[in-house]
Amino acid sequence: MEASAYIDEARDPLIIAEGWVKDGREVALATVVETWGSAPRPVGSHLVIDAEGNFQGSVSGGCVEGAVVTEAIDVIETGKAKMLEFGVADETAWRVGLSCGGRIKVYVERLDS
Amino acid sequence: MDIKILEKLNAERRARRAAIVVTDMDEGGARLVRQGDPVDGELATAVARVLRTGKSELVQVEGRTLFLNAHLPNPRLVVIGAVHISQALAPMARIAGYPVEIIDPRSAFATPERFPEIMLHAEWPQDVLERQPLDSYTALAAVTHDPKVDDMPLKAALDAGCFYIGALGSRKTHARRVERLLAMGATPQQIERIHSPIGIDIGAASPAEIAVAVLAEVVRAFRSRGLEAKEAAA
Repeated sequence: MEASAYIDEARDPLIIAEGWVKDGREVALATVVETWGSAPRPVGSHLVIDAEGNFQGSVSGGCVEGAVVTEAIDVIETGKAKMLEFGVADETAWRVGLSCGGRIKVYVERLDS
Repeated sequence: MDIKILEKLNAERRARRAAIVVTDMDEGGARLVRQGDPVDGELATAVARVLRTGKSELVQVEGRTLFLNAHLPNPRLVVIGAVHISQALAPMARIAGYPVEIIDPRSAFATPERFPEIMLHAEWPQDVLERQPLDSYTALAAVTHDPKVDDMPLKAALDAGCFYIGALGSRKTHARRVERLLAMGATPQQIERIHSPIGIDIGAASPAEIAVAVLAEVVRAFRSRGLEAKEAAA
């Protein structure tokens, strides 16, 4: 496929994911499907992750990517999609959160070839 | 998601065509809906809305939770004419999120000194548009005042269905332009889509003020696209 003048191919997570799969890597796709309050990335934003934990793109401002990557590696192994939810960071909870006070739902699925 | 869906989606995105990925949140599995693809039932309303607004969303359709992820090409603005108005319009439009390309075969006008950091083509429009065709996510503003330069891209913009087409010139100038476009094979309905005099009416006088008026008209056209057709059908 010829590179497009209209897409920043080096940084575009969906283009990168397609290339990873072509290279024989196992890949998961994470997508923001719902947000409440102030959320750093809009609905539809993507993070792509491979089985080694390499990732590109974003689903937040860096707040929850670590947790999404961990879950994504599990999704790659099992092939079973997951819905993750992240809310306000709470010091009493072990879960990572969003310091901006919003909540987001992230759908994580495996890319099947 | 099947990799084939992603491959098809990326092909659409590379070609600057709109597409939606519809994912079943309960059962998994996705399908690609391209602009113009037939869609049945309740989903059709949601698809049309998402294509218009560009906002991805979760929807309930016939008892299923579906995620519609909109992949719309970025809007862009092609300006025919490297003139004084364009010098103000290009940076303003870029800030507003409409990347600008300027085409003007007169190399004395199309210089990097006059247009720092703007994509410039010191060529005839037909040569540039052959390489980079216009599309429905492109706005075109023709501001050279010269029929030799403006007419061809205006006709091309009508044929490509650009979401905005504007042409600088008085009513008298435009009347003569309409005659020429008719002779080139444009239909009267097509020609009605051309905004001329160009720009919303804010009493703009200076080149920079005219640029503000043009940019406002471009934004209005982009945010209301699809509504014209709906109103005409109603």
